Amino acid sequence: MAGKTLYDKLWDSHLVTQRDDGTALIYIDRQLIHEVTSPQAFEGLRLAGRLPWRADANFATPDHNIPTTKDERQQGLEGIKDPVSRIQVTTLDDNCREFGIFELDMNDERQGIVHVVGPEQGATLPGMTIVCGDSHTSTHGALGALAHGIGTSEVEHVMATQCLLQTKMKNMLIRVDGRLNPGVTAKDIVLAIIGEIGTAGGTGYTIEFGGEAIMSLSVEGRMTVCNMAIEAGARAGLIAVDQTTLEYIKGRPFAPKGEMWEQACVAWRELVSDSDAHFDRVVVIDAADIIPQVTWGTSPEMVAPITGEIPDPDKESNSSRAANMRQALKYMGLKPGTKITDIQLDCIFIGSCTNSRIEDLRAAAAVVKGHKVAATVEMALVVPGSGLVKKQAEAEGLDKIFIEAGLEWREPGCSMCLAMNADQLGAGKHCASTSNRNFEGRQGFGGRTHLVSPAMAAAAAINGHFVDVRDMLLTQDR
Amino acid sequence: MRKFTKQSGLVMPLDRANVDTDFIIPKQFLKSIKRSGFGVNLFDEHRYLDKGEPGRDNSQRPLNPDFVMNQPRYKGASVLLARENFGCGSSREHAPWALDDYGFRVIIAPSYADIFFNNCFKNGILPIVLERKIVDSLFAAVEAEEGFELTVDLEEQKIALPSGESIAFEVDSFRKYCLMNGLDDIGLTLKDADKIKHFEQNWRAASPWYFGVQG
Repeated sequence: MAGKTLYDKLWDSHLVTQRDDGTALIYIDRQLIHEVTSPQAFEGLRLAGRLPWRADANFATPDHNIPTTKDERQQGLEGIKDPVSRIQVTTLDDNCREFGIFELDMNDERQGIVHVVGPEQGATLPGMTIVCGDSHTSTHGALGALAHGIGTSEVEHVMATQCLLQTKMKNMLIRVDGRLNPGVTAKDIVLAIIGEIGTAGGTGYTIEFGGEAIMSLSVEGRMTVCNMAIEAGARAGLIAVDQTTLEYIKGRPFAPKGEMWEQACVAWRELVSDSDAHFDRVVVIDAADIIPQVTWGTSPEMVAPITGEIPDPDKESNSSRAANMRQALKYMGLKPGTKITDIQLDCIFIGSCTNSRIEDLRAAAAVVKGHKVAATVEMALVVPGSGLVKKQAEAEGLDKIFIEAGLEWREPGCSMCLAMNADQLGAGKHCASTSNRNFEGRQGFGGRTHLVSPAMAAAAAINGHFVDVRDMLLTQDR
Repeated sequence: MRKFTKQSGLVMPLDRANVDTDFIIPKQFLKSIKRSGFGVNLFDEHRYLDKGEPGRDNSQRPLNPDFVMNQPRYKGASVLLARENFGCGSSREHAPWALDDYGFRVIIAPSYADIFFNNCFKNGILPIVLERKIVDSLFAAVEAEEGFELTVDLEEQKIALPSGESIAFEVDSFRKYCLMNGLDDIGLTLKDADKIKHFEQNWRAASPWYFGVQG
């Protein structure tokens, strides 16, 4: 009998019951909650007279609607100018109080983007099953947890039953062999993967990311990769547990301590795919082939290397793909054959659950240090992923580097990744963004998003157009 | 949940692949704490020429005459014909809520994003997967014939065409059962409460570090 994949192990260990038709009940260890996808779920519980099955398995923090300027934040809830947004945030506070759920509220120093805060607090642990009413829950797979996004009906279902109704996904392995070149980051890896397999390439699969280039990443980098598994169509991304994982978790507030820590580590070291495990699909990529990536269209798969140019739909043999490309280029206001380095930028956004952790901010700061944001760039935001990331960055002086270079240093939240708060990209404006989606209107009505790594966004801020960050790093080294 | 057994209705084509949930319902409408009222903002950025905001009177907004939904021939459609990877992106259940609130009960496409597909069944909407070739032929038929209607029979798993022909489709048996009976998943799952408690007890004993550690 073939061995088990990491996904098989996580699935098997959480299987409560399997029905004849293939659907299963899977036990959920942790539910993360934010203000946008939870109010209707709490309301459902109230209407049915139900209580949470296990209140202590839930962990909440508001992030999507939160304002990010210091002035607004100092006013607390009153600082949320949009009354509809304010109601959503206070509704989360009220619901958590009513149902006895742990919440880091807007005024708590530890508040932030739920996918940054969960791992930071140790609320995400290896071997857990984790859900959240948010598609980027795949992020938590970086710690060897089976984590995926769900809809609001399922949020209510998990609250009421501690289980999720699921059918098992297929197994996919994406192996990135060898070492990354300098200046190439986790974001470039995952964008290159999506460019290769497409935005529906992972549909129906759980993707395990492996290989030397993946396992050499920090946990922060691994989170960037798993975060975007959903952009490849996979609800869950996974990375095996190793020493790097355990060192990241040790000492975090929600992590086990003392003897229990030792016992947990023994169990967690088993969270790797067996060497003879069967994968339904395997994709192998050579790390040496990956160079910094930039998206040019309105789907994350519309991506090109920084040395490349915008492809020509007339040369695309697949007619439906060619039509998509034409639609995207029209929306983006770009022409085939344009060099990626000739794309001019109006806005820079460094943040989001993909790239707002301390390592991301360090990478961006290293690039902008001693430079100034180009005069043509109208807005450049740095939005840390949590209050603790912000504090750490300030302790390292990164805030000063950004401010001196002319970038705005903001308070934590989802911000311009999806622009539910006041941080919005203007119509027709081009933005170099470290977020995860370049859909039409995603960052603001009519806004044009280019997805890049933090270092690439920083380099673009200084130059006013895309540049190969590797060239800048070379100059700095000299 | 509303029962789904049979649905006859006008078909509206949306000829575009990778329609994401931001396309279906833009982020500013997600601020609502209700489940209803999203229909007037379905496909907002494409349906109207200006930017929509929650609470605005949508009847005063300029419509985009080029968007398929604004063509009189598709008024009152309840079957949405779509392309590959429909519903990708964000997990927002506001997407099926908006489709449902507008009046769509059936979606037909060659493929869907997983979370969206799942969310449809929780809201009494039937997402049907058909081969690309068949979807192509339906697009051609809708285009050619004004007032093109389909009848979808869930029990028989068949779509009846105006010509009298029919197309068979697959659907997961458990989801079919829930849709046909309008069953609430939570009530069904709680029938297994003893199994969940039993599992939980063993799991707590084996992995106590997942229980009750607080920051």
